[in-house]
Amino acid sequence: MIAVELHKLFRRPRTWTTIAVLNALPLLVAVLLQLTDLAPRPGEGPPFLSAVLTNGTLFPLAALAIVLPLFLPIAVAVVAGDSVAGEAQAGTLRYLLARPAGRTRLLVAKLVSVFAFVLVTVVVVAAVGYVVGTTLFEAQPIAGTSVSGSTLTPEELTGRTVLAIGYVTVSMLGVAAFALFFSTFTDSPLGATLGALAVLVTSSLLFTLDAASPIAPYLPTRYWLAFVDLFRDPILWRDVVRGLALQGVYVGVLLTAAWANFTTKDITS
Amino acid sequence: MTAVIVTRGLVKRFGRVRAVDGIDLDVRAGDVYGFLGANGSGKTTTVRMLLGLVLPTAGEVELLGRRMPRAARSVLPRVGALIEGPAHHGHLSGRANLSLLDASGPGGSWRTRRRRIDAVLEQVGLAGVGRRPVAAYSLGMRQRLGLAGALLRRPELLVLDEPTNGLDPQGIAEIRELLLELNRQGTTVFLSSHLLAEIEQMATRVGVLDRGRLVLQDRLATLTAPTGATVVRTPEPDRVRAALDGRVTAVDGERVVVKGDDPAEVNALLVGAGVPVIGLAPERPTLEEVVLAAARAAGDRVEVRERGR
Repeated sequence: MIAVELHKLFRRPRTWTTIAVLNALPLLVAVLLQLTDLAPRPGEGPPFLSAVLTNGTLFPLAALAIVLPLFLPIAVAVVAGDSVAGEAQAGTLRYLLARPAGRTRLLVAKLVSVFAFVLVTVVVVAAVGYVVGTTLFEAQPIAGTSVSGSTLTPEELTGRTVLAIGYVTVSMLGVAAFALFFSTFTDSPLGATLGALAVLVTSSLLFTLDAASPIAPYLPTRYWLAFVDLFRDPILWRDVVRGLALQGVYVGVLLTAAWANFTTKDITS
Repeated sequence: MTAVIVTRGLVKRFGRVRAVDGIDLDVRAGDVYGFLGANGSGKTTTVRMLLGLVLPTAGEVELLGRRMPRAARSVLPRVGALIEGPAHHGHLSGRANLSLLDASGPGGSWRTRRRRIDAVLEQVGLAGVGRRPVAAYSLGMRQRLGLAGALLRRPELLVLDEPTNGLDPQGIAEIRELLLELNRQGTTVFLSSHLLAEIEQMATRVGVLDRGRLVLQDRLATLTAPTGATVVRTPEPDRVRAALDGRVTAVDGERVVVKGDDPAEVNALLVGAGVPVIGLAPERPTLEEVVLAAARAAGDRVEVRERGR
């Protein structure tokens, strides 16, 4: 069942188009930087971008930081929102369940395939970022510079980049959980996607509002950029751990709710 | 005979509407069961309850002797279904669609998958369709592919909702032959339709649904059995009335209904009296007459409710 869902997802041209589009923005930024040599000053613009001109190996992180606020969540919400509602809209959901695929098994398989999409997307963005960064800019393979200014060994830099990829993936799973949750309630994939995006927009908006500060620690987007802390020296774990715990709670609650709804609902699509 | 589909007091309520209102279906092994009803009478909801897609408000469903939806995992692989029209992934070929569907549940070994897919595509007349994506199929081809999906595991029971929808007359005849052939080989066929002619040509037993209630369930041969009267066709109906005093029950143009179940006897009397007779047959109700008598109004007509009650 999981293999079937992965097959459906990755045999679909749309999936690869999405990933390609997602890589276009960091590429455009890199080309502009290279042509103009005008990097944002440290502390301005997306994280890491200021350091990229001097060290291209940091570009994977800059690329992730560029797509993280908007493009990546949209892509994840589209795929996760489509997972159940898309089958319902196409009418294939009734045939899957009459096959019988089993409602819980189908939901788990959808979840795994969405997780695979998130992971593949994040890794591809990082990998393309690495290739772009090292071809367009000066690469310093010997060492990297931490955000705190000290020097990181290549091993440290690699390890922390992997951690960052993992952290971004977990953050995106929170988005996926919202979209999958809405996807079990509606027969319209667009509705599920927009529902998840509405949550994220609300969360980002409230985050900037002082009046909302009491609930700020619980907003799903609160700790998204905490992966930058992985490149401080020493690593600042506080926000990273909180971010992981928060996403864990969201994912757990939403998936339980999605399961409870999907296993007891009348399939009338 | 073993029961293949049994429902007891099956009820489905959507809000205040009772879409299915206490029906007791009884489909036996070897039947071609025609499930008739106007649009909106609850046919599709019933079919979905049989397959565990819609959960009943009350009552129970037994499929192949096992309780649904509890036994879905062991029962449904033995059932082939076409529910409210076919549905496929448009960007994949018909073959890929069948393969994915087969791999999505238990009871379809991957070792025999290719062979089974080839066989069913041949059966439904899509053997030469190649790698074309389903998006490029005509409506009739999609219907055939849907049927192929239902046949993929040689099911003991076929639950088909409007299986000839979108097919041309040759296609309809072809699919009818296929279903009858499968039935001769032992497959029980549950055929839901609003097309009376289709049911009349295929069904051995008939159930009629009217606004959520099963108003009729019997053998087709019993329902359309001779009524005991004879229908006479003649250009001079008045002379029939004169010759067979008191036995004429109805006159409609050239068609005269006469009491008596032996056409030969009626004929002898009329010829003896010199009445010209064009046609003569025992009177049988058509399925349409039976159904219309049992189910009164069209299901999707929405009448104005009287106020002040």
